[in-house]
Amino acid sequence: MNLETLADTLGLKCKCCWEKLKSTEVKGGYAGDLLSDVMANSSAGDIWVTRQVHQNIVAVASLKDLAGIVVVQGASPDKETVDRASKEGVPIMVTDMAKFEVVGRIYRLLSEG
Amino acid sequence: MSGDDFSESLEGIYHIQGRDFVDAGIVSSEVKKSLQGKGISESIIRRIAVITFEAEINIISYAEQGTIQLFIEPDAVIIEANDAGPGIADIDLALQEGYSTADDSIRELGFGAGMGLCNIKKFSDIFELTSLVGQGTYLRSIVKLNG
Ligand SMILES: Nc1ncnc2c1ncn2[C@@H]1O[C@H](COP(=O)(O)OP(=O)(O)OP(=O)(O)O)[C@@H](O)[C@H]1O
Ligand SMILES: [Mg+2]
Repeated sequence: MNLETLADTLGLKCKCCWEKLKSTEVKGGYAGDLLSDVMANSSAGDIWVTRQVHQNIVAVASLKDLAGIVVVQGASPDKETVDRASKEGVPIMVTDMAKFEVVGRIYRLLSEG
Repeated sequence: MSGDDFSESLEGIYHIQGRDFVDAGIVSSEVKKSLQGKGISESIIRRIAVITFEAEINIISYAEQGTIQLFIEPDAVIIEANDAGPGIADIDLALQEGYSTADDSIRELGFGAGMGLCNIKKFSDIFELTSLVGQGTYLRSIVKLNG
């Protein structure tokens, strides 16, 4: 599934890299707020669901070739985070939903194909 | 392995300033870029990216300053991280998953799970960590390129 379809279906708001959504294939997902955990256990092409907002999340996503980041619970990524994400080509999306709900919905979407 | 001299295959030296979380990850990105376009597989590049990131973050979190050096040999990539900092008194303890001395300011940023050194070890083929309390820490990670 491409990231645009996923974002539209869940009503996610995109903060940067709109132009990449359609061409970005989401292969799976990972959820977590501990950066070393995400570093070790996420896979390339995963959509990453997190509550973290500071700019280090961009480094993690870009180093691991993740599909993009979904920031949950109405948290708003720092301006520096969005700037860096635009520069490095990492799509960041936000939602008011809690992590549990976002992860459940993404999981269902991806398993239905 | 400590005696091995890779100096002829030095690809880059990167300086890291302690406590500078704003620039965190920049050295790892540079290292990743240096590895691309050289016929190294994406999955190996990602392993090296994890190793470099965790080493970089530890220098930023715990040391005054440090350097990361990247060596590219025909059959392996070597990452060396050197810092001037407090050092690690008990290396076995530091290598236990979950052990962390990170303070609240570090934890707020999502670090401090006590997983970084374990990750480096897990993603390395050869891993070496030595330290002198009050002086600094030296880490070397070797990732083989052929299997
Ligand atoms: N370069 C270093 N200088 C001094 N102490 C260090 C250094 N690197 C690691 N340590 C010590 O070893 C501990 C474990 O490090 P490790 O990277 O495994 O976990 P962490 O940094 O605490 O958390 P995480 O890496 O999961 O965010 C640290 O909390 C710190 O006490
Ligand atoms: Mg660490």
